[in-house]
Amino acid sequence: MGILDFLRTRPKNTASIAKERLRIIVSQERSSRNTPDYLPMLRTELLAVIRKYVHVDLDAINIQVERDGEHEVLELSVALPEHKPGATG
Amino acid sequence: MTETIVVTSGKGGVGKTTTSASLATGLAMQGKKVAVIDFDVGLRNLDLIMGCERRVVYDFVNVIHQEATLKQSLIRDKRHDNLYVLAASQTRDKEALTQDGVGRVLDELKTDGFDYIVCDSPAGIEKGAFLAMYFADRALVVVNPEVSSVRDSDRILGLLSSKTRHAENGKGGVPAHLLLTRYNPERVSSGQMLSIGDVEEVLGLPVLGVIPEHDSVLSASNQGVPVILDATSNAGQAYVDAIARLLGEERPMRFTEAAKKGLFKRMFGS
Ligand SMILES: Nc1ncnc2c1ncn2[C@@H]1O[C@H](COP(=O)(O)OP(=O)(O)O)[C@@H](O)[C@H]1O
Ligand SMILES: [Mg+2]
Repeated sequence: MGILDFLRTRPKNTASIAKERLRIIVSQERSSRNTPDYLPMLRTELLAVIRKYVHVDLDAINIQVERDGEHEVLELSVALPEHKPGATG
Repeated sequence: MTETIVVTSGKGGVGKTTTSASLATGLAMQGKKVAVIDFDVGLRNLDLIMGCERRVVYDFVNVIHQEATLKQSLIRDKRHDNLYVLAASQTRDKEALTQDGVGRVLDELKTDGFDYIVCDSPAGIEKGAFLAMYFADRALVVVNPEVSSVRDSDRILGLLSSKTRHAENGKGGVPAHLLLTRYNPERVSSGQMLSIGDVEEVLGLPVLGVIPEHDSVLSASNQGVPVILDATSNAGQAYVDAIARLLGEERPMRFTEAAKKGLFKRMFGS
């Protein structure tokens, strides 16, 4: 095997891919920690209701629990599709 | 004062039992009175790694259910008479461990003047793993340089900071140390394995020690001798260093750099 082959067949740096994937997943999981267990269920059920009127994907629904002093606030946002939302019902 | 240390990880097969056996033995070598408890009910392993499997008469579950006394159930190590093993039960279901029962056994060990209690956690985040960490004063989180292990460690760090007595008593999370095991410096230097720095950066915690991947770990387990007792093993020596750091000593990292290879070797493989 010559020097050029050696350079060409050098394995790609998979460790940096691993690190990048971990960085994303870990920060995501940390932010969803200590949130109520019902959030995922609530999100799916909301999706079903919203879909009666507008077609959106699950990841268009963002639910967060924020602390505001003594209170916990459930924040909900739904990103609507680009085109004019038409009712299906 | 008794210190209870949990060895935990989330993921299985990362080296918790190997670490528990070497940690307990290493502390005993420093003259401390140590008990090491296997929390892996149904899949006991620690007795094999410690080499005392033929002397198990009663186990942890027997003590919890008051079918045997703690004294009858603790197995004294052949090599260090200040080191005791409490084996896991092989047959009972996981529900056999109760929070009260575990608490009582730990309290009795404290009364008996043990300096350290090492809790070898099972994999997962179920009851056994929960009870192994619940009473801990400190945690050693064993992590491999591999995505699923790092992610699981982060979940375990989250549980240590919320689902423990330490946290419930308002003292904050259980102080945790990372132990990076099965590390292969050659693979790190070729970009095929997460580095020490990568793992520290992702988890946001410094690494207490790095245990290299080494064949001597298998031969130690074949013989039922904790690898820390193998003076010729890099992995064993890395455990010696890590335990010294756990006790507050400063020691430089060893065995974390790839051996320098000549161009010939690099071109024609290792
Ligand atoms: N540093 C190491 N080098 C090589 N093999 C290791 C190392 N640490 C652990 N192992 C091996 O990995 C396997 C799992 O280890 P074990 O301690 O039983 O993990 P766990 O208790 O986390 O399931 C065993 O076969 C053990 O010999
Ligand atoms: Mg184990």
